[in-house]
Amino acid sequence: MLNEEQETFQETRRVEAGNFAAAGQIAASFKNTLRKLGVASPVVRRVAIASYEAEINLAIHSWGGFMQLRIYPDKVHLLVEDVGPGIADIELAMQEGYSTASEEVRMLGFGAGMGMPNMKRCADLFEIGSVPGKGTSINMSFAI
Amino acid sequence: MSSGELYHSVKLERDKCVGCTTCLKRCPMECIRVRNGKASIIYELCIDCGVCVQNCPHQAKVAQTDPISAIYRFQHRIALPAPTLYGQFRNLASVDSVLNALLSLGFSDVFEVARAADIITATMREMMKTNQNRPLISSACPAVVALIRIRFPELLPHVADVLSPKELAARLAKEEYSKAHGVPIEEIGAFFITPCPAKMASIHAGGNTMVDGAIAIQDIFGLLSSQLKQAVPEELKKKRHASAQGVNWANYGGEGAALDCKNILSVDGIHNVIHVLEEIENGRLDDLDFFEGSACVGGCVGGALVVENPFVAKNSLRRLIERMRLEEKEHPIPPAEPMAVESIRYLTPLEPRPGIQLSDNISEAIVKMERIEALTKTFKGLDCGSCGSPTCRTLAEDIVQGRANELDCVFKLKEKVEQLAREMVDLTNL
Repeated sequence: MLNEEQETFQETRRVEAGNFAAAGQIAASFKNTLRKLGVASPVVRRVAIASYEAEINLAIHSWGGFMQLRIYPDKVHLLVEDVGPGIADIELAMQEGYSTASEEVRMLGFGAGMGMPNMKRCADLFEIGSVPGKGTSINMSFAI
Repeated sequence: MSSGELYHSVKLERDKCVGCTTCLKRCPMECIRVRNGKASIIYELCIDCGVCVQNCPHQAKVAQTDPISAIYRFQHRIALPAPTLYGQFRNLASVDSVLNALLSLGFSDVFEVARAADIITATMREMMKTNQNRPLISSACPAVVALIRIRFPELLPHVADVLSPKELAARLAKEEYSKAHGVPIEEIGAFFITPCPAKMASIHAGGNTMVDGAIAIQDIFGLLSSQLKQAVPEELKKKRHASAQGVNWANYGGEGAALDCKNILSVDGIHNVIHVLEEIENGRLDDLDFFEGSACVGGCVGGALVVENPFVAKNSLRRLIERMRLEEKEHPIPPAEPMAVESIRYLTPLEPRPGIQLSDNISEAIVKMERIEALTKTFKGLDCGSCGSPTCRTLAEDIVQGRANELDCVFKLKEKVEQLAREMVDLTNL
């Protein structure tokens, strides 16, 4: 049986490495889009938190990347891809409290080591792949 | 406008409106549109913050409040002055002089809202000890509560589930008066002396409320001033019961200052409040104990219906509070007793407000979103407001929803005219 083509709305944003002034703007934009579409509040909140953590991670650790929000009638996909140093030990990165953020970054209030665990907790499906020296890709899915 | 959920205090006086873009651009909820040369408000999004009222250069935006004559609907009339009222007078001798002046205007009795604030502070101190949902968000500013209901519904569990001081004041005032004078509560009218439209709206939209109306400070100020001039200090009845701390609620940060917890944020100005609430929602302010937001800069002294410049009023209040504190050292006021939280819960549970949706059906909403996105890209992106929508993106949404036309955009119109002109020239060259 052929799958019917589902309507989808897509929003793609670039993340600039080191741009803390803009931190959170993409997450805010994604949140507004979801609200406008009438997606339920708890889902909006989870996507917003996951987007925010992803955005900060890209700003702190990567050399630049993009975030893509794809909204279907029954689910939301969040794709985060970057060019950067990658993650050597993914299991370690997923531990609460573990952070490789620099001292400067911690002084700004970031780098508590909760980003990855938060993302995984918020998403219904969480997939991550990374090549050290090249970059990282995270795929998250949220049921509406 | 009739009472009920959609009651709003902010209104437009059409004759004075020239169709400029001032209110359009300042509205924090982007709920104003200018069509056919006149402003109109999308009331589903309006939070009665009064920014448009304060900014309109032509005084076309007004807050509808009750006239003073409304108090005569009742045989027994109690005035509930907001503490902001005290700061409107420079060199005020004492709070009692204002309270007495209110009595001479036709009120049977007066009950300070600041006194209810004292009780609520005492109660909230108890609440803070066991509160799990940090930060606790103050419910004192109705515009901020409305904002949270529409834009930050996930934060509703954080909003302190206690009555606003005016509501508690009305209830206690009526109970006290009824007992003292043997009068049934239904015959007593309680009227709030308000600095702003949001408080007016929250009274008439509430459903279950014990406040019977709101009189704007600016409407009563003149009368009170002349009474104050005539008053003889020795003849003043001692009416004051509220502490200096309760009166301080009128100033920005006043509510937070009364609680003793570690991390308190007091934010004034609706755009600043929105910014900080976003931080809270993102989990960026996790060790915050208490958040107090006021839509108006300076707190309630900066409300749309006050008479005095808010910075001057803040100073007048500060000096009054200093005098009150000195007085309290000589003649201590018994501290307010906290009330059982169950007895002063919000009258109607705080539900989210839907605002305006693109569609009930998410598939349809997605399709519309695509069209809005595509249309927005064809606009100049100046957000000039000439079309009557606050931003290019809102114009795109208005077009998709059938509320506006592409040629409302001045730049699109210009393009079209140039195109037609070229076609005319081509015709003549045939």
